[in-house]
Amino acid sequence: MSALTILLIVIVAFLAGMEGILDEFQFHQPLVACTLIGLVSGHPQEGIILGGSLQMIALGWANIGAAVAPDAALASVASAILMVIALDGGATDTVAAINTSIAVAVPLSVAGLFLTMICRTIAIPMVHAMDAAASKADFRGIEVWQVLAICLQGVRIAIPAAALCFIPAESVTAVLNSMPAWLSGGMAVGGGMVAAVGYAMVINMMATKETWPFFVLGFVLAALSELTLIALGAIGVSLALIYLGLKELATAGGGAAGSGDPLGDILNDYE
Amino acid sequence: MAEEKITLSKKDRQAVAWRHQFLQGSWNYERMQNGGWCYAMVPAIKKLYSTKEEQAAALERHMEFYNTHPYVSAPVIGVTLALEEDRANGEKIDDAAIQGVKVGMMGPLAGVGDPVFWFTIRPILGALGASMALSGNILGPILFFVLWNVIRMAFLWYTQEFGYKVGTEITKDLSGGLLGKITEGASILGMFIIGSLVERWVSISFTPVVSTVTQSKGAYIDWSSLPSGAEGIKSALEQYASLGANGLNVEKVTTLQQNLDALIPGLAAVALTLLCCKLLKKKVSPIAIILALFAVGIIGRLLNFM
Repeated sequence: MSALTILLIVIVAFLAGMEGILDEFQFHQPLVACTLIGLVSGHPQEGIILGGSLQMIALGWANIGAAVAPDAALASVASAILMVIALDGGATDTVAAINTSIAVAVPLSVAGLFLTMICRTIAIPMVHAMDAAASKADFRGIEVWQVLAICLQGVRIAIPAAALCFIPAESVTAVLNSMPAWLSGGMAVGGGMVAAVGYAMVINMMATKETWPFFVLGFVLAALSELTLIALGAIGVSLALIYLGLKELATAGGGAAGSGDPLGDILNDYE
Repeated sequence: MAEEKITLSKKDRQAVAWRHQFLQGSWNYERMQNGGWCYAMVPAIKKLYSTKEEQAAALERHMEFYNTHPYVSAPVIGVTLALEEDRANGEKIDDAAIQGVKVGMMGPLAGVGDPVFWFTIRPILGALGASMALSGNILGPILFFVLWNVIRMAFLWYTQEFGYKVGTEITKDLSGGLLGKITEGASILGMFIIGSLVERWVSISFTPVVSTVTQSKGAYIDWSSLPSGAEGIKSALEQYASLGANGLNVEKVTTLQQNLDALIPGLAAVALTLLCCKLLKKKVSPIAIILALFAVGIIGRLLNFM
């Protein structure tokens, strides 16, 4: 890799690290991070595909309150770098390189999680410095410490990324090429199933007795391959609006007589 | 007492909105988003208070504990701006009142932000972009990035303005059931989309062959008796159109997967997802489940059943 490529990759990694905590612009999402690394290293096509595959896995990863989810930033940046090195080294087919990168990304997301926890601890003395600045009405001090704290999160990903760039291409390709077919094939099979974990995290967050039927509807309708995701989204929005509208009607008209449900009326009389 | 009223201009409020994007930058285990919050309030405090003592007091009261969803924090900061403005103009609003409003709003709002942004909008946009990206289409990542940031910035700005204009009245609006409805609607949409994503993107394929049947004559293309040349290709294609994929070979092979798909396509995928839900509820770490799935994949490939 050229010095310029490495520099650009480190910048992308820095942005991804920042976003891993800020969660605003979404540079840490695999779809964005892997695409950018692919673009700056001359493998845009593969970067986009890797990003898409990882994104499907990471859909449900989110930081809630003080809890941190598997770290998408390190996972997408590091796996994309490894894929680029393997492709630059030649002698490996693209599909294998992408599949192995996905498998590598998962343990990396755990490593990233520990790095995040370390940064969040280091931030404690930093906010104490902000306290001190506040008591002196030192606006500049507060700004400097806030920016430093953000940079700390950027460096969290930028350093491992820079280190990875210096792994010789031969060793990465050698490892890839010596990988038996059952291992890479098996990882591809595993990768196909892993998305279920992210979806399960989302479901556990939102599932109630009322929302389960909508899950079933979505599942059954998706079997019609003519429906694009946008079409499914439109159906989903309509269903939500209809449901909320009907529910409001039901509560508004709840007390009225002649509800059209004789049995319901009788039961209500007993209350 | 003809002192002029100090107000925050639109530019001041925009400066706060811009800085508010970096709310989580100094997230720490002690007081969480307090540093970022104080950082966001700086332009307003500079404008509203002129003496050093007042400025220091204002900065200190905004270094208190704070934590919510980074986007729905926007209306909270809007209300806080309105309160600080009133206070700077001499109204009696003490520190406890300001902190009370922040704490009172952050809890319920975080309860809306998480399902709406992290579990509905992001999975939907992410899946939309990723499904395009899987075929190498650069529009996938661009679409995700642009749509997300337009929605996010519009939300941050307009809800902050809403909070600023409505002030503490906002708590009435919030308890009016609107928040509950938004959350409920988002959950419905989210569950619907997740249902379809499970069908489309969780892939499990069981390869064992369940049955091999020799088909009767006429149910398959008799390759040896086709006319030669273009005529033969035409005839083969015509037969294929009426017979379907099974007509290509004399023997009809049915895999376990085809049997399962005949019940409901994606049955195994949904079973796996529900299993994951159960495991997560039992506090099994998602990482452990992910690693286990890779192990299952490798074993499945080794034993030739997946």
